[in-house]
Amino acid sequence: MKDIGLSHFLIVSTMLFFIGVYGFLTRRNMITMLMSIELILNACNINFIAFNKYLFPHKLDGTFFTLFNIAIAAAEAAVAIAIIINLYRQRKSIDAEDADSMRL
Amino acid sequence: MSLTLLVLIPFLTALFVIFCRTNEQVKWTAFIGSVAQLGTALFMFFDYTMLRKAGQNLQFLYEENHVWFKSMNINYHIGVDGIAIAMILLTALVVVAGVLVSWKVEHHTKEFFLLLVLLSTGAYGFFISLDLFTMFFFLELAVIPKFLLIGIWGSGRKEYSAMKLALMLMGGSALVLIGLIIVYFNSNVNGQHTYDLIALSQNKVDWQTQLIAFPFLFAGFGVFTAMFPFHTWAPDGHSSAPTAASMFLAGISMKLGGYGCLRVAVYLLPDAAQHYSWIIILLAAIAIFYGSFATMMQKDLKYINAYSSVSHCGFVILGIGMLTKTAITGAVMQMVSHGLMTALFFAAIGMIYERTHTRDVAKMGGLLKVIPFLSTIFIIAGLCSLGLPGLSGFAAEMTVFQGAWQRPETYARLATVLGCASIVVTAVYILRASGKVIMGPITDEHHKHITDAKWNERLAAILLLVAILAIGTAPFWLTDLLNPGSQEIMNQITAR
Amino acid sequence: MTDSLALLLVPGLPFFGFLLLSIVGKRYFPKQSGMVGTLLMFATCAIAVITVYNYFFVTGKSVDGVYQHIHAYKYVWLPFTDTLSIDMGAMMDPISMLMIVVVTFVSLMVHIYSLGYMKGEERFAIYYSYLGLFTFSMLGLVLATNIFQIYIFWELVGVSSFLLIGYYFDKPSAVAASKKAFIVTRFADAGFLIGILTLSYYTGTMDFDLMIQKLTMPGAELTAITTAGFLGISALTWGLLLVFMGGAGKSAMFPLHIWLPDAMEGPTPVSALIHAATMVVAGVYLVGRLFPIFAMSCPVALDVVAYIGVFSSMFAAVVACTQTDIKRVLAYSTMSQIGYMMFALGVSGYGENGLGFTASFFHLFTHAMFKALLFLGAGAVIHYVHSNDMKDMGGLRKHMPVTHIVFLIACLAISGFPGFAGFFSKEEILTAAHESNPVIYWCALATAGLTAFYMFRLYFSIFWGKTYHAHKKDDHHADDHAHHGEAPWSMKIPLIILAILSVASGWISFGSFVSSDGSPMHTEFHLSAAALPVGLAFVAIAIALLMYGKANTMPSRIATTARGLYRGALNKFYIDEIYMFITKRILFGFFGPIAAWIDKNIVDGIVNFLGMASENISDTLRLMQNGKVQNYAVYVFSGLLGFVILMVFLWR
Repeated sequence: MKDIGLSHFLIVSTMLFFIGVYGFLTRRNMITMLMSIELILNACNINFIAFNKYLFPHKLDGTFFTLFNIAIAAAEAAVAIAIIINLYRQRKSIDAEDADSMRL
Repeated sequence: MSLTLLVLIPFLTALFVIFCRTNEQVKWTAFIGSVAQLGTALFMFFDYTMLRKAGQNLQFLYEENHVWFKSMNINYHIGVDGIAIAMILLTALVVVAGVLVSWKVEHHTKEFFLLLVLLSTGAYGFFISLDLFTMFFFLELAVIPKFLLIGIWGSGRKEYSAMKLALMLMGGSALVLIGLIIVYFNSNVNGQHTYDLIALSQNKVDWQTQLIAFPFLFAGFGVFTAMFPFHTWAPDGHSSAPTAASMFLAGISMKLGGYGCLRVAVYLLPDAAQHYSWIIILLAAIAIFYGSFATMMQKDLKYINAYSSVSHCGFVILGIGMLTKTAITGAVMQMVSHGLMTALFFAAIGMIYERTHTRDVAKMGGLLKVIPFLSTIFIIAGLCSLGLPGLSGFAAEMTVFQGAWQRPETYARLATVLGCASIVVTAVYILRASGKVIMGPITDEHHKHITDAKWNERLAAILLLVAILAIGTAPFWLTDLLNPGSQEIMNQITAR
Repeated sequence: MTDSLALLLVPGLPFFGFLLLSIVGKRYFPKQSGMVGTLLMFATCAIAVITVYNYFFVTGKSVDGVYQHIHAYKYVWLPFTDTLSIDMGAMMDPISMLMIVVVTFVSLMVHIYSLGYMKGEERFAIYYSYLGLFTFSMLGLVLATNIFQIYIFWELVGVSSFLLIGYYFDKPSAVAASKKAFIVTRFADAGFLIGILTLSYYTGTMDFDLMIQKLTMPGAELTAITTAGFLGISALTWGLLLVFMGGAGKSAMFPLHIWLPDAMEGPTPVSALIHAATMVVAGVYLVGRLFPIFAMSCPVALDVVAYIGVFSSMFAAVVACTQTDIKRVLAYSTMSQIGYMMFALGVSGYGENGLGFTASFFHLFTHAMFKALLFLGAGAVIHYVHSNDMKDMGGLRKHMPVTHIVFLIACLAISGFPGFAGFFSKEEILTAAHESNPVIYWCALATAGLTAFYMFRLYFSIFWGKTYHAHKKDDHHADDHAHHGEAPWSMKIPLIILAILSVASGWISFGSFVSSDGSPMHTEFHLSAAALPVGLAFVAIAIALLMYGKANTMPSRIATTARGLYRGALNKFYIDEIYMFITKRILFGFFGPIAAWIDKNIVDGIVNFLGMASENISDTLRLMQNGKVQNYAVYVFSGLLGFVILMVFLWR
């Protein structure tokens, strides 16, 4: 067994990413979709940290970016949930299939 | 003397128009603004001639250069030579006349004048720009108001016409943009890409780029000037447009294209211009002859003038395509002359239409008896269009012919002969229309009680007429103004 | 007064009159505008006569007795290149001086005559302003120093002719005639223009003197223009023939003559001025201007001039014999006489052999006098009878004695009756033709006979024959007759002056003033040569007397015998119909609709098709936009995946 290297991190994050994508595409419940997006974002965060650690160990850019991402993810979740609540109040449903009025 | 005034005055006028309360205020503001603009243009013209007389021999005068988008190396670079001055004078005259003939617009008056003024801003900006991107910016600025003017205040199939016109002109400017980008990314001045006209002309664009970019630029501007296969917006657009918009379209907008062809396509890509010269001449000959035959079949006065504009703008293209100094001067003269003349013609048609409520040639007759002033204007505009000496059309067309004949190739000669022959056809349709509408017995009882032109209409007509006569009776001042400019273009062409 | 000032005033005063009367006169002094115009014209005529006198007798001759070309003034009007420009100037040479006298004088006569003839017209001031415009343009034309200047004024006389023919603009026939006149001459002018372009391209100048010099002396320009060619004809010949085409259009030479008879729709004094004495001879003047080039460098073109001239002259004479509208008879007679002038130029040589040239301009001069007289006389008749048709006339000699006498004088003059002006000029032309070309000579002789015949047919039908009853046609004109009698003095005075000149102008020794190279031309008079044409004229007059002296059936019997010829001539040999067919049916009826159809369906069709196609495509594409967020996400991710695959496998 060797040390844990960059590729391990990347494999984890890729898996996380595709799980997120799968969830986002297949789930009809908006809350679940939101959770899937969080997974995708976290996959990115892992990548940032991993690259920062292994490729540019003397810099902190990746870490900073991850912090930004977390903040943005929080903000995004707040906005998304607000939208979802509003949708629910109007339509009594949080199914993504029902919210297709953008088509017109 | 700052050139920016030319863009600033109409812009400020537009602002004032927004804050006007009554329709009267709107009209007067627009009128005063346009007169101030005309004054500025005239002052600039005299100042320019004085400077030239005093021995000022820079290519462009009143240059200003401000950085606009640093990263893309786009600058607000302006300056004028004789050709631009002529176009600015034309624009200023047509704008004043256009405002005057629109005096009766009752419906959304404020918006109407606002759009007129905005349109003129675009035109002025276009003519003074020396930076291709700035030029393009102003070109676009001049397109949208036309769409609205026709779509809202037009008549007949106005939505269709407005849509067609806007789409074709937008298509034209898309082609222009592609051409500009090709030129931009292949340019290298001090290690930077540039849109600057002067810099580009001094560091010649390479042969391959020229070959690729030229068709885009020429066809793109050609759409604006109603070059043969791209002319169909003109008849529909003109016929649906309100009078002032028709005047602007034919008098200014079509000139944007001609000016662009000359200033951008030919001036920056001279080798390609020579390479493609025969195609341009061919298209021009077709436009001239075919336009005049198509005119013959029209029954609607506005369609007659619109198709004849296609034919007349063919002379502009012919002059540009011939690539001799005289022909280029002639092309610019034809632009000025055609601008004034069609503006006058459209004004006369519009005023007659307002009174008779028809534009069908067959339904009118003998108007000279009831509205002598308007009829005289109509006839004079017609005579100018068929190239009567003493009016501007003659001087311009003759200069084009003379310049064209200096090309010794047989196809160029044949094209010129076709052009000469087309003036006969022009005479036929002009005389037919005026013989029916102006002369002959009065056909419609209602027409016996219509009244002649009001002060504003008279003023507009006389303004344009004076300019037409000034060019027609003493064309040397115009050629003196234009010749240095066309010499510069020729230098560019001959310097291989 | 210096020449340059005088020659500025000569065209300037009529132009001033035009502006004054059309802008101010119409509104403020419509009644007096005739007088104003006439006074201005009188001043113009006086200045012109003084200037011309000065030229011919004081300043014009150089030391060796040759008349020079003097440029009184010259300004650059429209520069093309450094050497090529349209100039505005005034050239003094024998023919231009001759022409300004003719133009100003006939114009003055017409101005005076119109005071009576046009009295009470609603657009009196406009009429006089148009006359001023015409006179100005015609003077500008004859004074031109530059071939393009001639073209400019050429167009301007065309438009003034258009305006004057269409003076009665509410009459559809007048409108049609004015359009026809303008368009036919315009067609010819297009040729003229191309001719100018050709000549000026090779010579590098538009100045007459320089151009003539370069095209008659051997040199680089002459070689270039004769070697270059198109369709096997040299550029010089093309240029000259095209220029002649312009001249033929304006001078109503076959086959471009169709506008002239119709132009008689205009007021009669206008016909006298424009369509008889001045504008229609512009073609002759143009050929005369470029005559050295024709004669010395391009005899082929000169031959064309001669044959077209003689053919037109005969053709018109034949047609004139059958027309019954008196103004149309005069119109065809004008065409015939101009044909005379043309072929006189055509048979002429340069310098020593330049008899034809002198004769041509001599005839131009005398013809202006007697043809103006004929038209003005006919105008007086029309004024009295209120009809143009011969059938409404007859026996008028007792009713209008003065008109009768002057008309007779004019008829004798045009028939070449010894002692009258036409006799001398026609003799010279015939002599010139006799010396060079027998075919042309015999044709010309036949034409002379025909001329005498149709002129006296006209004369007898108007003044002799049946007796005239003033009231027989329509009664409400009866009062008019009682009022104005024969004609007011303003109409009689020009008639009398012109009648005197129709005799006197022939006695001038014309050759000593006008010749092809400026040096005096000695002309001799041979009795033997004169005998034949004079005899022929007598016979023709006698036949006319027999046929039309008293009302009888002879004319109609002859008409039935030679029915084919008669019908043909009566219908002007169907030339109009042929033109109508070509223009209306083929050009406008065939090409016009095709152009319009192509425009509507193909060119515009493509545009509309593009519009529709893009609409349809976007309609289809719109279905992808179904509003389902997850579908969009699928597109996004598949796009992303596609890119990744591309990056990995293709752009490695």
